[in-house]
Amino acid sequence: MNTTTLPQTEVQGTVETESSIRARAREARRRRTTLLWVARAAFAVFVIGGWQLFTDLGWVNAFFYGKPSLIWQSLVQLFTQGTEFGSIWADIAVTLREAVYGFIGGAIAGITVGLLLGQNRFLSDVLSPYIKIVNAIPRIILGSIFVVAFGLGTFPKVLLAAVLVFFIVFFNAFQGVREVDPNLVSNVKVLGASPLQVARHVTIPSALTWIIASLHTAFGFAIIGALVAEVLGSQRGIGLVIVQAQGRMDPNTVFAGMAIMAVITLVAEYLITLLEKRVLSWRPPSQAEAAGL
Amino acid sequence: MTQQHLAGGATAESARIEISHLTKRFVTPTGEPFTAIRDVSLTIEPGQFCAIVGPTGCGKSTTLAQVSGLARPSGGTVKVGGRDVDGITPGVSFMFQADALFPWKTVLGNVMIGPVLNGMPRKDAVALARDWLRRVGLAGFENRHPHQLSGGMRKRVAMAAALINSPQILLMDEPFGALDVQTKAIMQTELLGLWEQLRPSVLFITHDLDEAVALADKVLVMTSSPGSIKETFEIDLPRPRGSVQELRHEPRFLELQGRIWSSLKDEVERAYARTAGAA
Repeated sequence: MNTTTLPQTEVQGTVETESSIRARAREARRRRTTLLWVARAAFAVFVIGGWQLFTDLGWVNAFFYGKPSLIWQSLVQLFTQGTEFGSIWADIAVTLREAVYGFIGGAIAGITVGLLLGQNRFLSDVLSPYIKIVNAIPRIILGSIFVVAFGLGTFPKVLLAAVLVFFIVFFNAFQGVREVDPNLVSNVKVLGASPLQVARHVTIPSALTWIIASLHTAFGFAIIGALVAEVLGSQRGIGLVIVQAQGRMDPNTVFAGMAIMAVITLVAEYLITLLEKRVLSWRPPSQAEAAGL
Repeated sequence: MTQQHLAGGATAESARIEISHLTKRFVTPTGEPFTAIRDVSLTIEPGQFCAIVGPTGCGKSTTLAQVSGLARPSGGTVKVGGRDVDGITPGVSFMFQADALFPWKTVLGNVMIGPVLNGMPRKDAVALARDWLRRVGLAGFENRHPHQLSGGMRKRVAMAAALINSPQILLMDEPFGALDVQTKAIMQTELLGLWEQLRPSVLFITHDLDEAVALADKVLVMTSSPGSIKETFEIDLPRPRGSVQELRHEPRFLELQGRIWSSLKDEVERAYARTAGAA
């Protein structure tokens, strides 16, 4: 008797609990997502609303520190009426072009030099003190030299952006090569791989994880390089918009320029994340999640 | 292409390994010279399965590196197929304790790396790799990445990758050391099966005496550091040996195992006393 009735009730029991467990888990997940977005919105309201409130009440002087509603107004003005030089889109295009050229140039140089020095211990030992010295220089100041030497055109901006990008990508590419699994190298060597094949099959793919991770930070620095060089001297670009607003004692337009560049950087970051997901699809998901933070 | 005609002649003279009076010295990071192995002489006949057992740090792995050509001897000679080893020895495959798989390549990509490095056309390499994955029981896993596999499956991939070139010499450095006991026994049985088909000369390094006796034709016991050959035991268990797990209970196996252990025991104790004293 027992043996025939017991399994039945057990089966019924598990079916019920399984579906209800699943439903409960789904409900909990949904609730967490809602709560997350509510909390995020609340945080933005708290910061921006507080800023607005404090300036409205006069506790903080809007003349010096700007004011969210006025920042919004100057953003609208920038996009509808443009600057005194023309459309804001033209300025965005100029700054973006400088940053992208600098990013590409700096990344290519950084990857090349990083891979080379990473594989050649003697060369890297010779150059390492100099790299450290150059890295210790506040490189933003190089912008002044570049503007003096190369004028107000695109080139000095691209150059400064490239210099900033170079060091970030270089250090990561270098480290990536050094972290290559020696067993893998021995393995392909025993199988008869030439030095070029070792680089193609082991060193470069292995370093790619590090390089791609560095590109996130590097693009932000490309934007900084382009903007700083524009502030130091230029004829077009968001940096010029910002420095002129500063001259007019107009913090709202400075913040508006900041906001524009922040949006652009976020979009670029997103694109790099897409690239990362494609190129590094082999990685275990836990790592990718940690990198996403 | 060279690999193909070597495959037929795995038991040919070219697969003979002769090591005579091999000595290897290193300079430690503190600048002190250190003798890893001293005056090691051994011969592995073509198609023979030879295992080396010895205490930790006795220079077993160093011996392997000399045969593969990854390192040079400080004294003595290493000959493969009658020729002195200078540079990478052709026709050799290596299997390490760590997986040594490419985490960014698929299972298929990992297995076909050997033929690809030898310049085999991609299509042929893929076909050959698929065939080898079938042989190690991983058909259907071609497009997985190593991190998606269990430890035993990763070993199978490494084994297929090591054997796909039909090497005449297979060097194995504690290949199953990191596996759990059951998986280890399964992998050993599979290795024996594949080895009996291809018959490369094998130099197999292990800590595990049971493993050495179960797999090898000949077991060499090395002394504690600096390593040298202490004793050689011929294992006359009949082949094919079948399941390693069952082999373990046979009286002849236990007798050989006991004799080798009595030789190895002193060395292990000596090596242990040294590390314990140093610590």
